[in-house]
Amino acid sequence: MAKHKTPLLDQLESGPWPSFVSDIKQEVAHRYANPKGIDFQIPAECPDDLLGILELSYVEGETHWKHGGIVGVFGYGGGVIGRYCDQPEKFPGVAHFHTVRLNQPSGMFYKTDFLRQICDLWELRGSGLTNMHGATGDIVLLGTSTPQLEEIFWEATHNLNNDLGGSGSNLRTPSCCLGESRCEYACYDSQEMCFQLTNEYQDELHRPAFPYKFKFKFDGCSLGCVAAIARSDMSFIGTWRDEIRVDQKVVAAYVGGEIAPNAGAYSGRDWGKFDIQKEVVALCPSQCIRFEGGKLEINNKECVRCMHCICVMPRALKIGNDRGCSILVGAKAPILDGPQMGSLAIPFIKVDDDYAGVKEFIEATWDWWMEEGKNRERIGETLKRLGFAKLLEVTGTKADPRHVKEPRHNPYIFWKEEEVEGGWQREISDYRSRHQK
Amino acid sequence: MAFISSGYNPAKPMEGRITDIGPRHFTDFLPPVLAKNKGAWDYHEILEPGVLLHVGLSGDKVYTVRCGGARLMSVTHIREICDIADKYCGGHLRFTTRNNIEFMVGTVEDAKALKADLNARKFAGGSYKFPVGGTGAGVTNIVHTQGWVHCHTPATDASGTVKATMDVVFEEFQNMRLPAPVRISMACCLNMCGAVHCSDIAILGIHRKPPIIDHESVDNICEVPLAVAACPTGAIRPTKIEFQGKQVNTVAVKNERCMFCGNCYTMCPAMPLADKTGDGIAIMVGGKISNRITTPKFSKVVVPFIPNEPPRWPKMTKVIKKILDTYAGDARKYERLGDWANRIGWERFFEKCDLEFSAHLIDDFRDPAYYTWRQTTQFKF
Repeated sequence: MAKHKTPLLDQLESGPWPSFVSDIKQEVAHRYANPKGIDFQIPAECPDDLLGILELSYVEGETHWKHGGIVGVFGYGGGVIGRYCDQPEKFPGVAHFHTVRLNQPSGMFYKTDFLRQICDLWELRGSGLTNMHGATGDIVLLGTSTPQLEEIFWEATHNLNNDLGGSGSNLRTPSCCLGESRCEYACYDSQEMCFQLTNEYQDELHRPAFPYKFKFKFDGCSLGCVAAIARSDMSFIGTWRDEIRVDQKVVAAYVGGEIAPNAGAYSGRDWGKFDIQKEVVALCPSQCIRFEGGKLEINNKECVRCMHCICVMPRALKIGNDRGCSILVGAKAPILDGPQMGSLAIPFIKVDDDYAGVKEFIEATWDWWMEEGKNRERIGETLKRLGFAKLLEVTGTKADPRHVKEPRHNPYIFWKEEEVEGGWQREISDYRSRHQK
Repeated sequence: MAFISSGYNPAKPMEGRITDIGPRHFTDFLPPVLAKNKGAWDYHEILEPGVLLHVGLSGDKVYTVRCGGARLMSVTHIREICDIADKYCGGHLRFTTRNNIEFMVGTVEDAKALKADLNARKFAGGSYKFPVGGTGAGVTNIVHTQGWVHCHTPATDASGTVKATMDVVFEEFQNMRLPAPVRISMACCLNMCGAVHCSDIAILGIHRKPPIIDHESVDNICEVPLAVAACPTGAIRPTKIEFQGKQVNTVAVKNERCMFCGNCYTMCPAMPLADKTGDGIAIMVGGKISNRITTPKFSKVVVPFIPNEPPRWPKMTKVIKKILDTYAGDARKYERLGDWANRIGWERFFEKCDLEFSAHLIDDFRDPAYYTWRQTTQFKF
């Protein structure tokens, strides 16, 4: 029987959407019944007390977690988010309620034997509650005590062959879209690149050495299924630089109504017969598509690869064959000086097997930001403070009109002394020889 | 509760320690048909809400059934997910970047059977365990945060606001009848963990009272310069005061310059600011991250404050439903919510959605605020 009355939370058991309250309650019942006779390493009542303290927050309208909490495992400077409740006498089961971040596989594919191993580990040593997954991508094991942290880490590394994720002022856990595994739009192997760079930079992930947090995300195309452009300091977004491949016969099938536009994504409403002029040609942002005489023509030189036409007719239009990715830098949430999306730094780079070019860009960027970034300054803010051109300079990237949405409209232009003929060392006497006071 | 060792020896902590092994490689977990056709997919179709078909250049097919997940879930629930994957999918499954669950099968018959099975499973309280949907032009899962379940800086709860909202918009999860996909996101404070700043509709926890200063503790538990530097509006300065007969080093907050972001509390535990009546929700709209047709956009604040009303936040869900329904009735095909608002003009957006416009919505943060005012005579009456 549950320890606490939860009249407010009980109201979240009704309605169609999966109820987290019902789920936690089933875990409460499971732990008290304990059919496998497990010797729980943290209180069996942990999820019960979580509901109890959450109910208290619902009544009082305020959180009941104490500020901060610094816990972890030896060898690492992050990976565990410590948390203590501020009513430990009333809710002893969540006196310690630390979160363990486990690094997820790229694309979040699993086999059940692996997930069951995690469940067994977490049932024994934790609350039995999780987040699948944290916003950055980690498998989140929600709620355990300090003495269990090393035990969990030992089992994760020795039995699951799986490491912790990141937290703190470091490289956080990278994540990606599902990429080539199940998408025809993927312009590079976002999963493999995510995996390889996660491993390349394990030290930067586990031992904070940065001015502040830094995130990588890998999107296979500009549709942004992992939201790299908004949610990673360095965003790798797939693209191509040759031609969209067009199958005119299949275009005709779309026009003839044999294939539903946009793969059927709009089939819940009658939008009328597919109108290629209205739905594709007129909506193209660079107006580089013509459909005349039953033939679709794309002026690829003017295409900005927004993906719209390909999304509307995925069976007729295909991404180009000369593929790579763009790199954008600086996305962040509002604190401190306002939100940013990633700004285009590298318009196109081939994704080679050894990622040499990409790594060179990453490391030059880090070398600069680690030296120049202020305490708790995201790289997007460093860019605003020191100028976007500085990033180009330190990474050896030539400035290009693609780097701006528009040129500056103020004339407050810096020049380097060496760019100016004669330099900046001038004598007033020389000036006066031509201009009287 | 007898301690069970994992093998870790606390007397020799570094002995046998394995580090820096990273995640498991994803190919350990790929279903065979995906491994075989990786990078060689031809096209896809959405057969019905929640059911996708991908066809490889090889002619191979894989059917995906997507269902909702509460994100916060128990190991009992994960084991049920595993049971389903063992029964239908050879033990394979995946989670999406919006925390839905996807099961992959080989035939359309299996997909339909799986869909029926998933839709038939319910919790004791009556809610669906695995409602199928989340595809195409509908509302999919709400990306959200920790709230009162685990975090120390929230101004509202995450799991509760999300459940309340998804119940109200649930039909759109199981349908594809909107002008374009609508992404709803939620963050319990303006650290905005997740996707609030770039979503069609966003729920954001906000405070409306300055921090309470625990003068007795500031100098002992805070690095004062960090608290000072944490303020976006320069409202905090270091100071000395007489406290209980002693001189203490502490901070002073200029209340009229504080906009209640809570970042000083993040840095300094002696500056808490949570408050039952002060705290609540702001609603933002019009953001997107895709580059499709238009460029990515930030979401904009359209409702500055709605009170916290646990457990179901009825005023908040009513506003969200009104915005969603108005957009659904008025926008053109393929038009995201922000694209629609930009086309009709924000003055018309407020009129159609029946939202009050107040001075709180006019940007006043530093230089860029100017660029959000209207430097044109073009407007609608």
